[in-house]
Amino acid sequence: MMGLCGTAAAAGEIRIGSVVSSTGPAAFLGEPEDKTLKLYVEEMNKAGGIIGNTVKLVIYDDGGDADKARTFATRLVEEDKVVAVLGGTTSGTTFAMIPVFEDAEVPFIAFAGAVGIVEPTKTWVFKTPHTDRMACEKIFEDLRKNNLTKVGIISGTDGFGKSMREQCVKVNAKYGIEIVAEETYGPRDSDMTAQLTNLKGAPGIQALINPGMGQGPAIVTRNVRQLGIALPLYQSHGVASKSFIELAGEAAEGVRLPAAALLVADKLPDSDPQKSVATGYKTTYEVATNGQVSTFGGHAFDALFILKAAVERANSTEPAKIRDQIENTKGFIGTAGIFNMTPTDHMGLDLSAFKMLEVKGGDWVLAE
Amino acid sequence: MADFVQFAVSGLTIGAVYALVALGFTLIYNASSVVNFAQGEFVMLGGMATVFLAALGLPLPAAAVAAVIAAVAVGIVVHALVIEPARGANAVTLIILTIGVSLVLRGAAPLIFDKQFHKLPGFSGEAAVGVLGAAVQPQAFWVVGGAAVIVLALKLFLARTLFGKAVLATAADRMAAMLAGINTGVIVGFAFATSAAIGAIAGILVTPITLTSYDVGVMLSLKGFAAAVLGGIGSPLGAVAGGLLLGLLEALAAGYLSSTYKDAAAFVVLIAVLMAMPGGLARVKQVERV
Repeated sequence: MMGLCGTAAAAGEIRIGSVVSSTGPAAFLGEPEDKTLKLYVEEMNKAGGIIGNTVKLVIYDDGGDADKARTFATRLVEEDKVVAVLGGTTSGTTFAMIPVFEDAEVPFIAFAGAVGIVEPTKTWVFKTPHTDRMACEKIFEDLRKNNLTKVGIISGTDGFGKSMREQCVKVNAKYGIEIVAEETYGPRDSDMTAQLTNLKGAPGIQALINPGMGQGPAIVTRNVRQLGIALPLYQSHGVASKSFIELAGEAAEGVRLPAAALLVADKLPDSDPQKSVATGYKTTYEVATNGQVSTFGGHAFDALFILKAAVERANSTEPAKIRDQIENTKGFIGTAGIFNMTPTDHMGLDLSAFKMLEVKGGDWVLAE
Repeated sequence: MADFVQFAVSGLTIGAVYALVALGFTLIYNASSVVNFAQGEFVMLGGMATVFLAALGLPLPAAAVAAVIAAVAVGIVVHALVIEPARGANAVTLIILTIGVSLVLRGAAPLIFDKQFHKLPGFSGEAAVGVLGAAVQPQAFWVVGGAAVIVLALKLFLARTLFGKAVLATAADRMAAMLAGINTGVIVGFAFATSAAIGAIAGILVTPITLTSYDVGVMLSLKGFAAAVLGGIGSPLGAVAGGLLLGLLEALAAGYLSSTYKDAAAFVVLIAVLMAMPGGLARVKQVERV
């Protein structure tokens, strides 16, 4: 790589922009993303940067506010002159920024879950997290395996919960799953027993699915146990961090959810190609931040290294050339799975990227 | 029937939380005619400080007491640095000041604590108890019982002690109270300290049920204020009634109507009550302050 230095576009600075929600209601997503980007950009620079250029990370905190995100996106393009942007913590902030980068023709790799970010495909927009539709499909697959076909859905009314609920309702028929009852809760609600009482009484109900993120799903889990509901409970990848188990306490035992391999990094078989990437990131992050690794920071890690590889392949810091190479990402092993992007697939993950996990003894275990 | 009991129990538990926040609003409003929108932040302080002090190794009861003391200290500082210097300013100015205080506290909290959600263990375990066919968290009894004790203690204090009567006198007419030799500055400071303590206790009692984070105060201030208005702002018993009713309405709306519209349903009833009874449930007389 050192040999490339001479041929690279004038060794200097490569400016990468980022807008994340490190404060506000989505802070538990944005904070690990923010820390991950800063940590690894520093490491990259110690190792000589990307194709001889020092990486300059320009990072803004939108506080979870879509309007602010859009303002920062414009600033990144017009004032900071970045060549690519990583970020968009929530689906809401991401959707607000997409038009800015599409107009300015700057490649953008998002950390948010909604399937609408990459469907339909937009020329300059990519994303690293699994979609909410895949999460539903993974859950439905697991339900079929256990011969459970009648489910109740209780979803958060935040952007994530709404979007995932919509996807579940779209694909359930394909898996032969019948949704027999539905309830919702506000992202700030602190008691869901009324809704769960209704679900409990729904005729024929065999399992519960809870699309949501933040503290809501932890309260749902506790309320389910409080009411003595014995149905299997499926959470989403929206709660894929240790704090969910801590908040839900004993009630979390037996909860299943689809999540990235990162959560069970040290429990993966040695033959798993993701093992070394996942354990490497987990160790580095936990040592540097003294905190628990979460899949959310992993999405930032994946995006940063997909971008780095693309810049290296392009051997250029021109946004258009970088974009073409991001689209060309093949066999990239990340924390979320193995990425194979195409001109029509700007995420590049399939269902195998999700592992079905179960909470056992206060920790995640592989359920399959 | 069992469903109804479950809805009612859930509603009353959450309602007791709103009631405690509303009580804090009432106390400060009575003593100084200030609507303190930082009230929810005291609830946050109580919960978060207890979580972090317990994490430092303090036993839970000691952590809780220390958290209440810390909240009281913050209440006194807020009064001394923000409210007292602005004495005589009009109501809107004072409200804006308290909103400013709540923003400052909410901004400082993630720096002092962190941005994650936290919980406390239930004081009497977490196994649900059956009440008329409904499953109740043992912590709910602590919340409702705590609210009852605080209301009673406040009532007795105001009616039976000289200092309490001085608070009532200050509330009725600050100028006259001052002329009667009451140090009204101290009284209003005391009201801030007490409502900070009530808020902090509420935060400690509810955290095992609702979880806590640096920004839980926003929603609690809003719901507590609605409860105080519903009950008739300025009336402690009205605040409690308003809080319980608001919580009950939310749970019943979620159970029988639609969980999507439960907040809307609660506020529709609030508006309807205020149109029929402008003084709130306690029929507080409207006082025009010029």
